Amino acid sequence: MTDKKQQKKEQIMLASLGLFATKGFYNTTIPDIALSLKMSVGNMYNYFKSKDLLAKEIIKFVSSYFGKKIKVINEENISTKEKTRKIVEIYFQTATVKPEMLDYFLRIYLSTREVFKDGCEGMICVNDFVTEIMIYFEEGVKCGDLRDQDFFNAFGLFMGYLGGMVFLQGENVLPKNLNEYIDDVTDNIYKALSV
Amino acid sequence: MKKKVRILWLGLMTCNGNTHSFLNYPHLEQFFNDFEFIYHPIIDSEYSLEDIISQDIACDVLLIEGAIADDFIKADVLGIDIIKKYSKIVSKIVTVGTCATFGGIFKESHYKNVSGLHFREDKRTEKYNHLFEKTISISGCPIHPETLVSTLYAIKKGLSLKLDSYLRPKDYFAYTVHNGCTRNEYFEYKVDNHHFGELEGCMFYDHGCQGPLTHGSCNKILWNEINSKTRAGLPCMGCTEPSFPKQNLFSTKKNMGIPEFLPVGVNKRVYLTLAGITKAFKIDRLQKKLLDD
Ligand code: SF4
Ligand code: SF4
Repeated sequence: MTDKKQQKKEQIMLASLGLFATKGFYNTTIPDIALSLKMSVGNMYNYFKSKDLLAKEIIKFVSSYFGKKIKVINEENISTKEKTRKIVEIYFQTATVKPEMLDYFLRIYLSTREVFKDGCEGMICVNDFVTEIMIYFEEGVKCGDLRDQDFFNAFGLFMGYLGGMVFLQGENVLPKNLNEYIDDVTDNIYKALSV
Repeated sequence: MKKKVRILWLGLMTCNGNTHSFLNYPHLEQFFNDFEFIYHPIIDSEYSLEDIISQDIACDVLLIEGAIADDFIKADVLGIDIIKKYSKIVSKIVTVGTCATFGGIFKESHYKNVSGLHFREDKRTEKYNHLFEKTISISGCPIHPETLVSTLYAIKKGLSLKLDSYLRPKDYFAYTVHNGCTRNEYFEYKVDNHHFGELEGCMFYDHGCQGPLTHGSCNKILWNEINSKTRAGLPCMGCTEPSFPKQNLFSTKKNMGIPEFLPVGVNKRVYLTLAGITKAFKIDRLQKKLLDD
């Protein structure tokens, strides 16, 4: 794919994320997305053949966005505790600055499974992200900071907690700003995972 | 009559496992038409060990079996003195087995500076540097008889063998044991599900198989011309490698479910990405018994 085509695809995905967040996934149509970008519907189909395909591309896009950020953290020469904090920070910052991304993950990807069942089996479409989390865990255990346990047990604890906090923030029930929870959330996660 | 190649088989700190493995070579008769042992620990030979030590006997190839230590005594003399003497007489030296090559299990003993001839695990020992050019390593615990004999024939014919960085002939050690294993399909789809000795399942994920990180031809040149460990349902224990023996050979060391030792040359991210994809699918055929359901 040419860089230009890829750029255009990303532009469409970002616009769609915005519309999904405001109008809802089912209420947003391909013509709506085209209109928001001043594109013809016909031209839109040159990039994405259907809304389901677009939906799958977006989750891969979101996953690779997080994957890249966590990869940078994984490659830093810092303690597992510091890595934990940085991952929490990135997650919460994204929830604040690009809420539509996490919204998509939590409200659309996780709860609209029929759209994703073909082609996004298991963790395939979120592989970039999961791979980096696995590396974070694996290296944490190897250097003696984290307790060896079932991967999904640890993954569920970490991601379920972060997702829950972001969800509460989205519902406007958190008394404080999300960023003010970073230290406490990091402490809780690290205490639960460490040896 | 053609001149036979004269070999001294010198056993130092060893269990004689390679000696026994060699006896399983299926064409020994042919072998003895072309080679003769001036001394061998259990096969009749022209000279006794005493003769070997007290005289300088003409010889072409020195085979060393067993680890080498500064203070290990063999027939009342230092083992290293026998090596020193005969390494000058011969044109080639072959380290036979993992102990003679890397030190093997005897590294754990109380002897002084236990190592292989040129390596202690994966580190060069320097001490016998002047013999480096003369040496070929055949690692294995024990050696595969076919590998040893074919190497001796190559020496006899004066072929120049391509060697890896541990001086092992690439013809046998450029591959991993995983290459040719009948369980590859199970490896690809990450199905371990194995019970020792059974036909189904790949033993990499839970049962400690080191095939993908071990250099050797066990699944290309079968043992006793019939089978290999992994085909028969036992994990490869990595016996040709400098790190042999590791611990807990029957279970895979994992950190949060991720194997600590990955296939040779495969980067962790690549491995995990592929693993994530294959794990998403369940192949029913590979979950079933092959012969009787
Ligand atoms: S059992 Fe071992 S050698 Fe055979 S396929 Fe699995 S990992 Fe490879
Ligand atoms: S299968 Fe592995 S442990 Fe067994 S002989 Fe071959 S290299 Fe050694």
